[in-house]
Amino acid sequence: MAIATTPIRVLIGKVGLDGHDRGVKLVVRALRDAGMEIIYTGLHQTPEQIVTTAIQEDVQAIGLSIHSGAHNSLFPRVLRLLKEQGAGDVTLFGGGIIPDDDVPRLKAAGVQMLFRPATPMHDIVEFVKGLRVER
Amino acid sequence: MNERKSRFSSLSGLDIERVYSPDHLKGWNVEQDLGQPGSFPYTRGIYPGMYRSRLWTMRQFAGFGSADDTNRRFKYLLAQGQTGLSVAFDLPTLMGLDADDPMARGEVGHCGVAISSLADMERLFDGIPLDQVTTSMTINGPAAVLFAMYLAVAEKRGIPFDRLGGTIQNDILKEYIAQKEWLFPPEPHLAIIVDTIAYCAAHVPKWHPISISGYHIREAGSTAVQELAFTLYDGLAYVDAAVKSGLDVDAFAPQLSFFFNVHNDFFEEIAKFRAARRLWAREMERRYHPKNPRSLQLRCHAQTAGCSLTAQQPMNNVVRTTLQALAAVLGGTQSLHTNSMDETLALPTEEAVTLALRTQQVIASESETVNCVDPLGGSYFVESLTNRLEEGARDYFRTLDRMGGIVAAIESGFPQREILDASQRYQKEIEHKERPIVGVTDYVEQETRSIPILKIGPEVEQEQVARLSDVRKSRDPFKMAGSLEELQETAACHQNLMPALIEAVKAKATLGEICAALKEVYGTYREPVVL
Repeated sequence: MAIATTPIRVLIGKVGLDGHDRGVKLVVRALRDAGMEIIYTGLHQTPEQIVTTAIQEDVQAIGLSIHSGAHNSLFPRVLRLLKEQGAGDVTLFGGGIIPDDDVPRLKAAGVQMLFRPATPMHDIVEFVKGLRVER
Repeated sequence: MNERKSRFSSLSGLDIERVYSPDHLKGWNVEQDLGQPGSFPYTRGIYPGMYRSRLWTMRQFAGFGSADDTNRRFKYLLAQGQTGLSVAFDLPTLMGLDADDPMARGEVGHCGVAISSLADMERLFDGIPLDQVTTSMTINGPAAVLFAMYLAVAEKRGIPFDRLGGTIQNDILKEYIAQKEWLFPPEPHLAIIVDTIAYCAAHVPKWHPISISGYHIREAGSTAVQELAFTLYDGLAYVDAAVKSGLDVDAFAPQLSFFFNVHNDFFEEIAKFRAARRLWAREMERRYHPKNPRSLQLRCHAQTAGCSLTAQQPMNNVVRTTLQALAAVLGGTQSLHTNSMDETLALPTEEAVTLALRTQQVIASESETVNCVDPLGGSYFVESLTNRLEEGARDYFRTLDRMGGIVAAIESGFPQREILDASQRYQKEIEHKERPIVGVTDYVEQETRSIPILKIGPEVEQEQVARLSDVRKSRDPFKMAGSLEELQETAACHQNLMPALIEAVKAKATLGEICAALKEVYGTYREPVVL
């Protein structure tokens, strides 16, 4: 059980141009309150910036918030960059305004989890805690 | 007495008592605090006859894909009885970036229409009589550039500027606070805004050069009190900047406009509109002593609360929007956007936006709520709420004054943190079922019901990039570069930017090129991240 004493490090980020950070900040607060180490990127990050920060900060997971409709472009680009830079084992999850129809394709591409609008905060915290157990 | 809960409170957390009586209005004076519609302090409305004279403008915010796609939607909406236009731009445009900028990849045409050059603007308004329809443009960081494009389109068609009516949002303070689509740092940006205000005062008298916005502050999670306080305080900062630049208050204050959210708490929202008018009139009178009564009047647009919509059981959103729209009407708004039921998922389909417009038309035509001005005036409850909202906003005014004004407060993260804290409280109240949401916390259905949504394909971006390339090939590069140099010199010498911007867009400089040239002079804004 030694693993459980090390808090999981997670990068939470806003990728793309949208400025809707109400939800993502509440997620950051909830994960921190649950004892996790969270690196928050701030707004308007490119996929390249996200991946660079994730590698520098040595995180185990990346959570991205997208409300702009650009999810079909941005998630795959982050996944590709992670693989290219030897960080393919980092878990990618996300949330925001993502229509149901797009979810299966993004999950098939490697996005571990996509949280719908109005997901209880508890569910997100439990999901991230679960990542630690799996490792 | 048995009651369902130990405490009843408004959506903003104000305690609500069982019943209201004259005891709750001690010190309240019918002449000073209520007055007559169309008279100081305008609690009851800015016009004597309100909707008996003229209904509100039904203005659905629209924009997606290319200029041609959105032009078709505009014409459709006008044909359905909409009475004003409202342009939604995509995120690259909102950030002052061209469609072929690396940061724009995947975002072109998604959250609104992509406008990168004057040619796009011409196609956006093709066949639409700019001297007969008023146009609102939700654009902030690069607002002056898009406004210059609109003016250039009018000039090309031979329409004098004094016949143009409309609004640019142009409110950068609320971008720093809530909406987060910024370009330049506060000081130069306030100067650009003053340029647009001065230019409109001199040349485009029917235009609202700014729409001081609480909408996004509320969407970011604020309470009604915070929305009211930060918005009006922002408004006073703009007035102050314009007056300090040497403008007479009466030369521009009648052209200022406001934009509020309408959330779920029916009476609190009505009271918010009333308190906003009264507080604005009182503060403008106290600070600037204008001679023209129109300088004291708070004109506003309202939009139902996007953040109140749910992805679950989306048809319920029609009902939420109807109640919110009715609150805006009873609050005395000048124009209104009603959200479509699918807007929590994507930009609206034609069918959904038609239903949203019909919602306004049913209120206007069938509910008979438009017959009497300020029908809730004199209600002990609504008057008490109006007083408490005004007092709550004044408390924030004092705090912001102590912090040295809104820019200092933003740089210290104060409004951002207040809003985030309020948003967290609200989230917890929902999760603890203190604020039930139908279809989400209660009456949940296991089967998900899906509704059709609008899809924006990748071809939109490819075509926009191709059009932009055509624009770059078709222009005189020396003339274009010269116009940007002229623009930078104008900016560096603190002269009014508008004439140089109009010349630059006519020389086919693109939005991204113009904003990049200005960033070289002004620098870019860096956010103090608040958590």
